[in-house]
Amino acid sequence: MTDASPDRSRSRPRVSADGFSLAKLLLEGRAFFALIVIIIVFSLLSPYYFSVGNFLTMASHVAIFGILAVGMLLVILNGGIDLSVGSTLGFSGVIAGFLMQGVQLTTFGVILYPPVWVVAVLVCVLGALVGLVNGVLIAWLKVPAFVATLGMLYVVRGAALLMTNGLTYNDLGGKPELGNTGFEWLGFNRLLDIPIGVLVMAVIAIIGSIILNRTAFGRWLYASGGNERAAELSGVPVKQVQVSVYMLSGICAAVAGLILSSELTSAGPTAGTSYELTAIAAVVIGGAALTGGRGNIRGTLVGAFVIGFLSDGLVIIGVSAYWQTVFTGAVIVLAVLLNAIQYRRRVKLPSPAGGSPTSPQKDKATTADPALEKTAG
Amino acid sequence: MNAAPEFEPAANDTVLAARHIVKTYGGTHALKGVNFDIHRGKVTTLFGENGAGKSTLMKILSGVTTPTSGSIELDGQAVSFSSASDARDRGISIIHQELSLAPNLSVRDNIFMGRELRGATGVDFAEEARQTRLLMADLEEDIHPLTLVQDLRLGQQQIVEIARALSVDSRILIMDEPTSALSATEVEVLFRVIRDLTARGVSIVYISHHLEEALQITDYAVVLRDGAITATASARHINLEWIVRNMVGENFDLGSPPTGHAFGEVALSIEDVSVADASSSERSVVDRLSLDVRSGEIVCIYGLMGAGRTELLECIAGRLQPSGGRILLGGNDISRLSIAERIARGLVLVPEDRQRDGLVQTMSVGANLSLASIGSFVRGMLLSRSQERTLVEASIRDVHVKTAGGSAPIGSLSGGNQQKVVIGKMLITNPKVMLLDEPSRGIDIGAKAEVFRLLSERAARGLAVVFSTSEVAECLSIAHRIIVMHRGRISAEFGADATKEEIMAASGEAVVSDHEEHRSHQSDRR
Repeated sequence: MTDASPDRSRSRPRVSADGFSLAKLLLEGRAFFALIVIIIVFSLLSPYYFSVGNFLTMASHVAIFGILAVGMLLVILNGGIDLSVGSTLGFSGVIAGFLMQGVQLTTFGVILYPPVWVVAVLVCVLGALVGLVNGVLIAWLKVPAFVATLGMLYVVRGAALLMTNGLTYNDLGGKPELGNTGFEWLGFNRLLDIPIGVLVMAVIAIIGSIILNRTAFGRWLYASGGNERAAELSGVPVKQVQVSVYMLSGICAAVAGLILSSELTSAGPTAGTSYELTAIAAVVIGGAALTGGRGNIRGTLVGAFVIGFLSDGLVIIGVSAYWQTVFTGAVIVLAVLLNAIQYRRRVKLPSPAGGSPTSPQKDKATTADPALEKTAG
Repeated sequence: MNAAPEFEPAANDTVLAARHIVKTYGGTHALKGVNFDIHRGKVTTLFGENGAGKSTLMKILSGVTTPTSGSIELDGQAVSFSSASDARDRGISIIHQELSLAPNLSVRDNIFMGRELRGATGVDFAEEARQTRLLMADLEEDIHPLTLVQDLRLGQQQIVEIARALSVDSRILIMDEPTSALSATEVEVLFRVIRDLTARGVSIVYISHHLEEALQITDYAVVLRDGAITATASARHINLEWIVRNMVGENFDLGSPPTGHAFGEVALSIEDVSVADASSSERSVVDRLSLDVRSGEIVCIYGLMGAGRTELLECIAGRLQPSGGRILLGGNDISRLSIAERIARGLVLVPEDRQRDGLVQTMSVGANLSLASIGSFVRGMLLSRSQERTLVEASIRDVHVKTAGGSAPIGSLSGGNQQKVVIGKMLITNPKVMLLDEPSRGIDIGAKAEVFRLLSERAARGLAVVFSTSEVAECLSIAHRIIVMHRGRISAEFGADATKEEIMAASGEAVVSDHEEHRSHQSDRR
C-alpha cells in the first residue's frame, strides 16, 4: 500500500488471483525479458558480446541515456514531456568547457579558473534554470509542455551555438598549476572497475527511487500525474510539483552533459542532439504511461539498457547504422503496443476479488464514446 | 425533418421493446433487469432521480453503450447496436443531456457533422445551409446557419442540438433533458415540434427533471428508481404526486437528523459570495449568497442542475475564485487562501464527480486515503510506511470501506466504497467543516444510508456538514436545515420538517413558468 504505482505491478497478480500465467508474466516484465533476449541473441551472434569488459563499456554508453531518462521519467509521471534535455545536455557541456578555459573578468583584469567541482555545481544550477523556465511556462503560463519544451530545445541549442560560435572546446584537461584538473575523472575513471558514469547513474537512480517511493514529493508527483484535479483538491501543491520535475529533469540533463563532455574530453555545441527522444523511448519501454501517474525507475533503467545494449550489439555484429535506427524504432513501437495491451487487459479481465476493476481507461472509454458518437449524430 | 419518416402501421403499437436490460459498471449495478417499451407515435416519458439509471438506459437504446445482458427488439426483431451511428441508421437518434456540439464550427456544420451532403464538388454547403434555415424556422429560432456555436447562448446551443436530431429522419427520438437551458417560450416551441413529430408517427422518449413540464407532453409515464422500473402508467391516470411517490419511494430510511447535541459556534460563514459564470462575465452562477453553518449542524443544499450548488461549494473550498463577498472559517477570512491552506485550517470538500475530482485511479486504495494528510506521517524527509499503514487501516475501519486491503487498486472498489474512500481521505485531515457535493451520486441505496450515518455520527461530534443533493428524499434525511438554491440564490429555507412538495416548488422543479404555476397547484390538490 505504501508505494503508489510501483506497487501496482506487484500487487496485480494477487488481485487477479487466477494463478500463474506465462503470458501475463511476459507482458508484465516485458522490458526485462527483452533485455535478456537481446543479451542471449547477441552473445550467440558475436563472441565479443558476452564479457564483463563489454558490458561495462556498454553500460557507460547507457549511463548518459539512463540519467536523462530518470529525469524524463519524473516529467512523464507528471503527465508532461521534456524535449529540451538534449539541448540542455549540449549547453551544459559547452558551459563546462567555457568555464574550464577560464573566465576573464576584464574589470578586475584577472582570469578566474574555477576548480572542477565549482564547474560541476554551476552547470547543474544552469540545468535547473532551464528547467525552471520550462516549469514556469508550463505550470503558470499554461503553455502546453510539448510546445514550451520544444521552444526551449531551440533556444538552448541556439545559446550553445552562440557561446562557441559553432566551434568545439577541445581542451578540458585543465592545468595543475591552475588547480582545475580532474575534469576527465567523470568520463574516464573507474571505481572498483566500474566507470564513474555508471556509478553516477546508479546513484541518481537510487535517489530518484527514494524520492518517488519514500517522500511526500514522490507521492504528490504520482497523485498529480494520475489525476491533477483530485490531487489539487486534496491539498497537493500541483504547480510547485510541476515546476520541480522540470528542474530535476534539467539537472539530470546537466549531469549527463558533464559526463559526456568528460568522456569525449571536448564540448561541442551540437552534443546530445535528439537524445531527448532516446530518453523518452527508454521511459516508454520501461512501461511508463505518457498520460502520467504510472511508471517507475526500475523499468526506466531497464528501458535504457534495452536501447543501449541493442544498438551496441548491432554495432558489434556489424549491422549498418541505418539498420540500427530501424531496429531501435521497431522496439519502441513494440513497447508502446504492449503498453496498450497491458492497460487494456486491466479493463477487460474482471478480477474475482471484489468486483471487476474500473480502471481510468475504462472510464475514459465510456465517457469518451458518447462524445465520439454524438459528433457523428 | 424534411420528409415524413416511412412507417408501416402495425397491430402492435410497441416500436421498440427492451427486455431484462442489465448494466453494471465495476461493482455498481446501474440497471437491474429493466423492461422498457417505446410506443409508436407517442411520447414515453422516463422519470427518475439522478443516478436512477435513466441516462444509462437511453445510452443503451441509442447504441452508445451495450448492455451487460438483456435484449432489444425493434419492430419485433431482436437487434443489437454496434454503435450510435448503427442505431441512427435504424432510425433511433438521441439528444444527449450534455451538449455534444463542436463549438468551433458553425451551426450548419454541426447539424450535418459526420453525414455531410455530397455535392458535385465535395460538400453541398448551400443545400446544408438551406436545410439548416428550414430547421431553425421550424424551431422558431433566428439563428444564421454560419454562426459559430461558441457564440450562441446555452439555450440556443440546445436548440441546435435538437435541430441536429430532427435533421435525421428518425423513427425514434430520445430526448435526455432537452429543456434544461431553454426559456419557457422555447419549451413551448419544442413541445409543438414534439406534437408535430408524434402526429407523423415518430416515437419520442422524453426525460426531464422538470416534472410538471414533462407531464404536459407525456403520453406514457415510466418511473425508474435505483436501476429498476417502479411504475408504468398512461398519462391520463397520473399526476405529480404519483410521479414523486414512485420516484422517491416510501419505504427506505436514510436516517434522521442527529439530536442530543447542542450546536456550537458558527463554523463557516459565507457573506454575499458571488461566483461569475465562466462563459459570460455578466452572469453570476452564485449571486450574493450568504449562509452560516454552526459546528454540529448538517445543512442540505437542494437545487436543480445549474442552480449553482457545485460552484458555491467549489468556491468555498478554494477551487473557484469568488467575484465578490467573504468566506469566514471560525471567524477568520479564508477567501485568499489556497486549497491546501484551507484543508490545513479544517475545511474540506468531497467533490461531485469522484472519478474526475476525487480519486487518483492510478494509485492504490491506501495511497488515495492518505493523500490529503501526507504531512502527518513524514518523519524527517521520508514517509513512514508503518505510520501510513496504521492511518489507512484505521480509516478503512472507520468509514467501513469494503476492500481487500490498502494495497488494492482503487478501481476494484464499487462506487459506494470509492465514495467512502474520498470521504475517508478528507476525514483523516480532522476537518471542522466538511462540504460534500452530491455525496450520494451514483451509489446504491445501502451505501447511501451508510454515508449519511457516517455524516451524522461526525456531526454529533461537532463536525459542521454541508451537503448538496438533487434528490428530495435526501434532504429529508439527516439535515437539520434545508437550503433550496435556484439560479444562484437561496430561494427558500426549511427546517427538517419540510415536505417534498414544498422543497420541489422552491427549486423551480414543479413550476416552469407563471401561467403553469396555476395548473401545478390544481394537480397537487387533485
